[in-house]
Amino acid sequence: MKKKIDFLFAGVGGQGTILTSDILAEVGLRCGYDVKKSEVHGMAQRGGAVESHVRWGEKVYSPLIEEGEADYLLGFEMLEAARWPHFLKPGSVALVNRYRIMPPVVNLGQAKYPEEKEIETILSGAGARVVWVEGAAKARELGNLALAGVVLLGALSSYLAEPAEVWQTVIEEMVPPKFKELNVKAFFAGREAKL
Amino acid sequence: MKKIMTGNEAFAYGAYLAGIKIGAGYPGTPSSEILYNFARYPGVYAEWSVNEKVALDVCVGAAYAGRRAVMTTKHVGLNVAADSLFYVAYTGLKAGLVIINADDPFMHSSQNEQDNRHYARFAKVPMLEPADSEEAKSFVKYAVEISEAFDTPVIIRSTTRLSHSRTAVNLEEEPVQQAPPEPLAYERNPVKYVMIPAYARQRHPVVEERLKKLAEFAEATPLNYIEAGDDSLGIISSGVVYQYAKEVFPTATFLKLGMVYPLPVKLIRELAERVKQVVVVEELDPFIEEHVRLLGIPVKGKDVFPMIGELSPGRVRKCAQEAGLIPQGELKKVVSAPALPGRPPMLCPGCGHRGVFYALQRLRTVTFGDIGCYTLGAAPPLNAMHTCGCMGAGLGVVHGVDKVGVKDRTVAVIGDSTFFHSGVAPLINILYNKGVSTVIVLDNRVTAMTGHQPHPGSGKTLMGEDAPLISVEEVARGIGFKRVDVVNPYDFRNVVDTIKEHLRSGEPSVIVARHPCVLYTRERYSPYAVNLELCNECGNCLRIGCVPISKVEGGVAIDAALCVGCGFCATICNPKAIYQLGS
Ligand SMILES: Cc1ncc(C[n+]2csc(CCOP(=O)(O)OP(=O)(O)O)c2C)c(N)n1
Repeated sequence: MKKKIDFLFAGVGGQGTILTSDILAEVGLRCGYDVKKSEVHGMAQRGGAVESHVRWGEKVYSPLIEEGEADYLLGFEMLEAARWPHFLKPGSVALVNRYRIMPPVVNLGQAKYPEEKEIETILSGAGARVVWVEGAAKARELGNLALAGVVLLGALSSYLAEPAEVWQTVIEEMVPPKFKELNVKAFFAGREAKL
Repeated sequence: MKKIMTGNEAFAYGAYLAGIKIGAGYPGTPSSEILYNFARYPGVYAEWSVNEKVALDVCVGAAYAGRRAVMTTKHVGLNVAADSLFYVAYTGLKAGLVIINADDPFMHSSQNEQDNRHYARFAKVPMLEPADSEEAKSFVKYAVEISEAFDTPVIIRSTTRLSHSRTAVNLEEEPVQQAPPEPLAYERNPVKYVMIPAYARQRHPVVEERLKKLAEFAEATPLNYIEAGDDSLGIISSGVVYQYAKEVFPTATFLKLGMVYPLPVKLIRELAERVKQVVVVEELDPFIEEHVRLLGIPVKGKDVFPMIGELSPGRVRKCAQEAGLIPQGELKKVVSAPALPGRPPMLCPGCGHRGVFYALQRLRTVTFGDIGCYTLGAAPPLNAMHTCGCMGAGLGVVHGVDKVGVKDRTVAVIGDSTFFHSGVAPLINILYNKGVSTVIVLDNRVTAMTGHQPHPGSGKTLMGEDAPLISVEEVARGIGFKRVDVVNPYDFRNVVDTIKEHLRSGEPSVIVARHPCVLYTRERYSPYAVNLELCNECGNCLRIGCVPISKVEGGVAIDAALCVGCGFCATICNPKAIYQLGS
């Protein structure tokens, strides 16, 4: 009997949440889980807030996670991560990329971007453990900011029992061929980071 | 072998497996990927037609000629194709005709959340509703069988959460490759296919008779079945909502409907006899519920679950608890969603539409808009579009406003794909009816909003072939417009001057603002930066709504990682404080 694990991805349109969550779904399938995932394409992708739901389990019905049920939050952007405490389960883990993209209202000086401490308070208020991941910094070191999501995925993998080889194979199969090596590097940078 | 597929990928796979050879559609979230994926299977022909009505007519033609066909559309696209749906419902066809329609509850990417199940009843055609990708695949085959057995088009209804969710699909033996399609002899049968009143009157009874037979079929088909459970609740549900209900009512008896029109009366009665309380869990309108009520069966439905927006497992559970359908149990302590600065979608950095909207903002025109990426010109800080109803509406609306005569300067804007979809007829109307409107076509060479599909102005087809490139300005000139100009939207002064000139002329006119979509071409140059010593904090660059530009102490800053180097902000910076890095 496989344990149910629910993963919520939050980020900004264009950050690669869709590909990264597709990889996670495929890893689940290869490891014998029933898998469902859901997200919204279209209008929201033009720089708006986006979210993806990935669910692993023995038998999964709904592609959407229920409020208060997510085991892991993968925040690709700090403000976006802070939007979802109501989906988190007590004892869950929030892996948050230390990276800010200012929304228009903040750019215009009409609202304040929350402090790191506030974000921590919001997420831990739901009983989640907040883990900051230097995804953006690592990705920049590798020369491509778009790799930050795979760094996050690497960090997530260190909490799960599935073997590294499965992750690596799936990543190699699913990313564009010319970015294969970089993505694998980014994955292990995240997996091996001391969190 | 299992493969994870989106609902849309599975529809395409199912269409291929079902021997469908012809596909046509017009893009529209959440349906667009169906046809894109279908086109990639061997031995099929697929096209992006100019609009949904044309797409359905193309598929009708294929089905009349003896080849199975699939038409794909989003919910509002079926409004456009409705006239064709109603005639083909009368004529029937020779080979299977399946319409895959995707509704968008919550309007993730739409202008309304109409429930297209009503179309099945309205046009008197059967409708199937799959609940996951595996069913999306297999229901296309059922739809083809029903279509051919009952001589009717069949609609398959999807929703955003089915089309864009990924679930496991069993891979099947590939279909046996049929012999290469030889040209068929066209079968002439005017009484069936020519809907003049005399013949149409003969067809209507056929349609009513067919509906009766379909209702009998609904009782026996494996698409509909009862799942035994305890006798307290009997849940009727279909589509992805069925999955939510399974999580919330794990022990209940279910009537799972794969066919939502016509409904299986006997099965519904049987369920009612087995349980104490029948509950319909459905998204949007009380379509099934009303039917159950007509049977005189007491039922809970929209008194428990909302009619507005999308359902979710959490929403279904909360409503069911509040109505006492399930025990309150230990109410989970769920924190509330925090109030944080929102992040609505925006025009992309480098988007050519921005130049036109900033010019319109400065000129203070009333701008009658339309649907596409450029609808984002209505968002702050641009605030430069004042109506948006449905595709092609803006050109008729501006003409009506101009006939009234208002004090403000008026223009209409329309995207290039939208222009070919439904902009040509109202453009002709402006000229014919002695209008004075100025129409700006925002030509980025693709259907950007829905994922960069080619259209008649792209020079490519869905099959990846080169195609004649149809020029917007030549269409306008061909109609007879005398004042037609093409501008580069980044050339701010020229855009402003051209719009002013057109408005001053008092004649009907067309401006084509052309720059290829940068998200599609991936065009990128060295980013721009700000010299804070020159910046006088006038705020112009913040009014163009470009995400990389943000306010900082003593001026603005540009995030080099997000800037694509289009340089539009530098053009409108009065003190010339914005410069390109490395220049
Ligand atoms: C009848 C109908 N069909 C499809 C859609 C989905 N849709 C919205 S806008 C659009 C086309 C946008 O393309 P274009 O006019 O070129 O503008 P762009 O997004 O490229 O700026 C489509 C297909 C719709 N809203 N209504």
